[in-house]
Amino acid sequence: MKNEMYVEFSSISENEAFARVTIGSFVAQLDPTMDELTEIKTVVSEAVTNAIIHGYNNEPGHLVSITCTLDDDAVELTIKDEGIGISNVDEARQPLYTSKPELERSGMGFTIIENFMDNLEIISLPDNGTTVYMKKQLSKKTVSK
Amino acid sequence: MSLTASFDVKQNVLIVRLSGELDHHESETLRSEWKKMMHKNNITHVILNLEDVSFMDSSGLGVVLGRYKEVLQLGGEMVVCSISAPVYRLFDMSGMFKIVRLEENEEHALSALGVAS
Repeated sequence: MKNEMYVEFSSISENEAFARVTIGSFVAQLDPTMDELTEIKTVVSEAVTNAIIHGYNNEPGHLVSITCTLDDDAVELTIKDEGIGISNVDEARQPLYTSKPELERSGMGFTIIENFMDNLEIISLPDNGTTVYMKKQLSKKTVSK
Repeated sequence: MSLTASFDVKQNVLIVRLSGELDHHESETLRSEWKKMMHKNNITHVILNLEDVSFMDSSGLGVVLGRYKEVLQLGGEMVVCSISAPVYRLFDMSGMFKIVRLEENEEHALSALGVAS
């Protein structure tokens, strides 16, 4: 069965916790393991933080959206901003890369997402916003086979 | 759930105890408090107790890395202790254990730094 939710919120850092808790609650109905739930909350936090800090340069008054789809035991997440975009996506995906070293960023956001999810697609163009699509197959079905 | 930080100074060691969730939102206050504590006291080493941290992401790693660099400049060492399984995974994946030392608890961390607890 397919189940979908959509949420849109202001680009302020208070909403990073709101976003991961909201998605965590929605995904909970698939009965994920504690590790899987942590992984999903972490990737939501990473992508939403990127949208706020990088997409919108820490300016409030913009919107970040998340679409989450549960399809059998797969979780799909699309996290979107209408911000400045990424000029070089391959560079942004490199471990330790950060466009804002002055902010003490670790540069590990996308690396963590790649590790925690099965798929990661970043669609971005300068001045045209960024869409981060991620997918993860929960372990339930593979464990019981 | 927000983040609370408490600080303790033992000789030249700053002990930082965190509790709650460390993300980008919480990282900014933590960074300024942590920096202030390091500069106010005569600190060489830092022990970071993560026992009660229930969530951390790459923004949290950024703050830890920033303080690690400061400790390095002071000729000191950063020791992380009492780490939970999810935070351990994050540190491990990010290669943090190549630069910070991991100890079981504060007592071990203090004795590793040559300070009697």
